[in-house]
Amino acid sequence: MDLIELRNVHKTYFLGEVELPVLLGVSLNIARGEFVSLMGVSGSGKSTLMNILGCLDYPTSGEYWLEGREISRLTASEQARLRNRMIGFVFQSFNLLPRTTALENVRMPLTYTRENISEHQMNQRATELLEKFGLADRTHHQPSQLSGGQQQRVAIARSLINNPQVLLADEPTGNLDSRTSAELLQMFQQLNRSENLTIILVTHDPGVAHHAQRIIYIRDGLIEKETTQPKSGGAV
Amino acid sequence: MRSYITLKTALGALRRNVMRTVLTTLGIIIGVASVITMMDIGHGSSIAIQKTMISIGANTLVILPGAISTAGINYGAGSMMTLSPQDADAIVKEAPAVEAVAPIVRARTQVVYGNRNWVPTYVYGTTPAFLQVRDWTDLNEGEAFTDHDVRNASKVCIVGQTIVDQLFTGQSPVGKVVRIRNVDFKVLGVLKKKGANLMGLDQDDILLAPWTTIKYRVVASSLTSANQSATNTSSTTAVNSLSQIYPEIQQNLYPVPTASETADAPLPIRFTTVDQILTAARSSDDIPAAIQQITMLLRDRHHLRDTAPSDFTIRDMTEITKAMSSTTELITKLLLYVAMISLVVGGIGIMNIMLVSVTERTREIGLRMAVGADPGDILRQFLTEAIILCLLGGSIGILTGRTCSYLVSAVLHWPTAASLGAIVAAVVVSATVGVIFGFYPAWKASRLNPIEALRYE
Repeated sequence: MDLIELRNVHKTYFLGEVELPVLLGVSLNIARGEFVSLMGVSGSGKSTLMNILGCLDYPTSGEYWLEGREISRLTASEQARLRNRMIGFVFQSFNLLPRTTALENVRMPLTYTRENISEHQMNQRATELLEKFGLADRTHHQPSQLSGGQQQRVAIARSLINNPQVLLADEPTGNLDSRTSAELLQMFQQLNRSENLTIILVTHDPGVAHHAQRIIYIRDGLIEKETTQPKSGGAV
Repeated sequence: MRSYITLKTALGALRRNVMRTVLTTLGIIIGVASVITMMDIGHGSSIAIQKTMISIGANTLVILPGAISTAGINYGAGSMMTLSPQDADAIVKEAPAVEAVAPIVRARTQVVYGNRNWVPTYVYGTTPAFLQVRDWTDLNEGEAFTDHDVRNASKVCIVGQTIVDQLFTGQSPVGKVVRIRNVDFKVLGVLKKKGANLMGLDQDDILLAPWTTIKYRVVASSLTSANQSATNTSSTTAVNSLSQIYPEIQQNLYPVPTASETADAPLPIRFTTVDQILTAARSSDDIPAAIQQITMLLRDRHHLRDTAPSDFTIRDMTEITKAMSSTTELITKLLLYVAMISLVVGGIGIMNIMLVSVTERTREIGLRMAVGADPGDILRQFLTEAIILCLLGGSIGILTGRTCSYLVSAVLHWPTAASLGAIVAAVVVSATVGVIFGFYPAWKASRLNPIEALRYE
């Protein structure tokens, strides 16, 4: 059974009287441990699809199965709990809390888990993750004192703190220079390989998209085509 | 654990924007401080008003002897001499609601100094406690007579301002000697001016002397002729042999009771009696208790049966007491309303800032929701922030308010009194204000759509 399964997902926005169909029946399977790119120009519906995959939005119709559960009709707080446990987010603009140290940023999602974790344990896990991403000496720096690449690494550490099943990255390289971008994408590939983490990368940049094994092209609310390449690591 | 983390998160968020936190808190600080200051000033004022009322005599209780009734004729209140100075001593000892007691022996006679004479409205024989009961302890000059003078029946007196004007033409009377029914009284002191009482009687037209002196040397009524209106009081004693020089003209208005009538209504034998006893209750609230205690005590001391009517009456100043309590109530209410307004203004300030804060932190809210905060978590966080702001403002406000009221009393010499009620109310109200005015912004934050919040610029 696949980790993620979308069945004929439609999404229509209602702006007053006007109906704005964005997704026109998307069906999609993603297995555990896959590294997938969602490609498409802006307005193609890829962001909407990502929001639905990330449990931030509901499909208007259709089914979304995540780890064998149909989750398209959950309440807001059930969705929140699911996001907390299952999904890590990496954003284009990092979205770190300003005037808050890297450590506090990383451990923030832990404060919303329903498990009982002591503050000490939280700090320990956050420090371990930061060390893993080469930020051991930056734990008490605030975002304004970090470079773009460092900020994005903090953001990735934050997204992984709850050991999620899926990592959703929305244009993660959009605000980074090409060298840092390449490093980041390598890091994603490594995470995908060594921890068998399912990664969904949303981008409009073919160069970035090609780092994934499987590229899904989206156009006008439908899957246009799919390409697969061997699990190699890809050239930069 | 979760509430601890919520608290920590809220504190962190407040620390991140110190200036905003300070300004918001300032609104509540000013609100609470003004509440406290005003309540303290109000409390002080109402205490000052109470003091003034007490000097008018609001807490005073007058105990009058009962009426005598022989041969169908009732001689009115005070005609039966049932009160003794020992009653007065017993009241102050045994009635806890009573602060001070003064027995009074009245006389209405001429006072002579040099070539001038004057009949004061009040010539009272009493004890030094009289000044305490009437809140008159501050003398203009000189000093009051003492309990020692009372025991010795010393021929000393203190006089009111009107007597100073009439007899001494404004000169200091201290050390001078006045004559009352040919008894020489040395003037020891002059009372402060008090003006007319509520009935228009001049309260300064008064001469106070030890009651023993007035009783035995001036009035000199004998034991058997207690009923002064019914009997001729011109009997003399050895003490005052000169009283015949100014013979009194007293008409016998009432028939002299026959021997059998007198035997039917025997007067209780009391060796010394006083005309009335003046008492002061500890506070206006203690008046009913004081009346009850005095009644029980005096009935017991006078050996009255349960069925027998009391041989004395107690009067209180109901009118003045009512005026006092309504004035105090009015002041307290007025200040409370003003205080409420300033707290509501402070609360609206908090709501304002919290709304701004929610807008400003839309992305943060979106992020927190994306990583798994449910609407309840967001609501709790913002509500906690608002409550922390209010409690912080409240506690600083209490300190500021107390300091202000201290300064007011130190610099402006206005009376203030710390009121614990105001402090408790300020804390409770500021927390409530936090919840009420923090709720709407927090609720608004919790209802944000995470996708839109994340995209918010």
